[in-house]
Amino acid sequence: MRNPFVMNCGVFTTSYRQDMAFHFTPLAHLRVMIIVALLFLFPFMVNEYVVSVANLVGIAVIGALGLNILTGFTGQISIGHGAFLGVGAYTSAILTTKLGLSFWIALPLAGIVTALVGSIFGIPSLRLKGLYLAIATLAAQVIIEFTIIHWTSLTNGTRGMILPAPQLAGYSLDSDRSYYFLILVLALLATVFAFNLFRTRPGRAFVAIRDRDIAAEVIGIDLFKYKIMAFALSSFYAGIAGSLWAHYLTIISPEHFTISVSIEYLAMIIIGGLGSVMGSIYGALFMTLLPVLLRTLAEALSSIFPDIESVFLGLREAVFGATIILFLIFEPEGIAKIWKNIKDYFHLWPFSY
Amino acid sequence: MNFFLQLLVSGLVVGAVYALVALGFVLIFKASDVINLAQGELLLVGAYVSLALMASYKLPFIAALVLTILFAVLLGMAIERVVLRHFIGEPIISVIMVTIGLSSVMRGVIQMIWGTETRTFPPLFPQEPVYFGPVVVSQVYLWSLGIALVLLVLFTLFFKYSSMGIAMRATADDQQAALSMGISVKVIFATAWAIAAVVSGIGGILLGNINGINSSLAHIGLKVLPVAILGGLDSIPGAIIGGFIIGVLESLAGGYLDPVFGGGVKEVAPFVVLVFILMIKPYGLFGKEEIERV
Repeated sequence: MRNPFVMNCGVFTTSYRQDMAFHFTPLAHLRVMIIVALLFLFPFMVNEYVVSVANLVGIAVIGALGLNILTGFTGQISIGHGAFLGVGAYTSAILTTKLGLSFWIALPLAGIVTALVGSIFGIPSLRLKGLYLAIATLAAQVIIEFTIIHWTSLTNGTRGMILPAPQLAGYSLDSDRSYYFLILVLALLATVFAFNLFRTRPGRAFVAIRDRDIAAEVIGIDLFKYKIMAFALSSFYAGIAGSLWAHYLTIISPEHFTISVSIEYLAMIIIGGLGSVMGSIYGALFMTLLPVLLRTLAEALSSIFPDIESVFLGLREAVFGATIILFLIFEPEGIAKIWKNIKDYFHLWPFSY
Repeated sequence: MNFFLQLLVSGLVVGAVYALVALGFVLIFKASDVINLAQGELLLVGAYVSLALMASYKLPFIAALVLTILFAVLLGMAIERVVLRHFIGEPIISVIMVTIGLSSVMRGVIQMIWGTETRTFPPLFPQEPVYFGPVVVSQVYLWSLGIALVLLVLFTLFFKYSSMGIAMRATADDQQAALSMGISVKVIFATAWAIAAVVSGIGGILLGNINGINSSLAHIGLKVLPVAILGGLDSIPGAIIGGFIIGVLESLAGGYLDPVFGGGVKEVAPFVVLVFILMIKPYGLFGKEEIERV
């Protein structure tokens, strides 16, 4: 074995297997293991508040991965992801409170139901693309929101629903720390699945459709099948994220699943990096931490600018928009690309090439 | 029957304002292939600026209107120059997202300046309603209809006969060919944004007069989107007809279906219809179909 601690200067692969590997060096492999181990130890090193933020990040990671599969990898813009989260959350809430099912059955069912709903709203994608498809998914957002608000016998309308925290072997996962591990395991599974998806036939078909759908059709990719599959898969992720979110919050109402949530998720994948699995994670982290950091900053500044509290909401909104614009202008490929540039620099450092 | 007529008339009036705002979408899309999801915020800015001029500085309506229009021109050109210029020829998702970002920034700044509570306009038009037989219409609506119609006619003429309008149509058709004929595409884009901002600003003043202003007025931008899509994003007559269709549809759906569903049908009906129409005619009623080849 090569010494794992030498600098990794240029990567030479000699077989297809090596070429497709995720970790080119033993060091890279070790690094992933350490990161995963640290993620499991994380809640014991920080206070409850940080864990609660981490939980939100984890849920956002799952949702953002789903949206990135649809928008970043398959090129189908969706402005309805927030509503799909809502479908998952409400399915899970209805199954556990009205039918009394266990969370462990409701969670996969929430994913499956959302996948079904997502594929129905994906049907227009066969004829519509680009802008017009984006509007069709916006319609999905509006229609689902309307259904949630007005089907009061099922969803309690605007009053929302109260649902239980999941139980595991008689032990309730109602604290931030215990829930963290549930989210972490599912987020890791979601990430590994997404990584491997793009090494499979459907995954490559998705990318081909994104790059040029007509060309993809010419080489024999069944557009309808794969587009619907992308919608279903993306919605499945959204359903799981929604269900997790619902059982974490334990109170859900239609306000949690508005168009601004959809836009926030779009912002995550744009800022993180479209068509990048790691990008979805960076984006989810960034977009969840941004308001937290702003809030901390505002509190720190409130002694100097006493009226900062009154403009805080507006400020947050403006910073959110400005971040999106700046990323799109200066680094359209997002944080994933920035991170890659840094890594590339150190691959060869101290030599410039 | 009277109920139906009443709904029809109010639908037509609201539709005229929708058509006006949709015109903003179409103008920008025609000139630069950008769909501007910040249209609602442009409308909000127009409404707030004119309100501030009238309420805080006690300017007469006409002066406030002129200043608002000037401000909208500058704002539209500034947005085009600072932000959108970077996105010529970029993928559609970037363009959609950047206008979403823009709307967020504008909404945030508006909130920081004017807060979130609803403000009312000093009444511009006489208050007493007008009776057409059994149908009652308040004067604000009639004035809005009139102003919207005048503007729509003006813009149709502008595109048909003025050299600027013709240049804009040429740019929309083929940017390269327009450039080689000596048309400055940058000027065209800036003009399109300026006009769109003005049109939305006026729409904002009219809507503000009807309902009062708060930051949720910006949702009208998303509401008008079905209008622009329905008519076809690159068709001015499409925007006008789409506006009236959606306005009437909304009003009728609200009147007849709200009691059944318990409210809110107004908001979804346009989108439901939109999805079905797009399935049949993917480029809207009057939109130009693009032919794609590998």
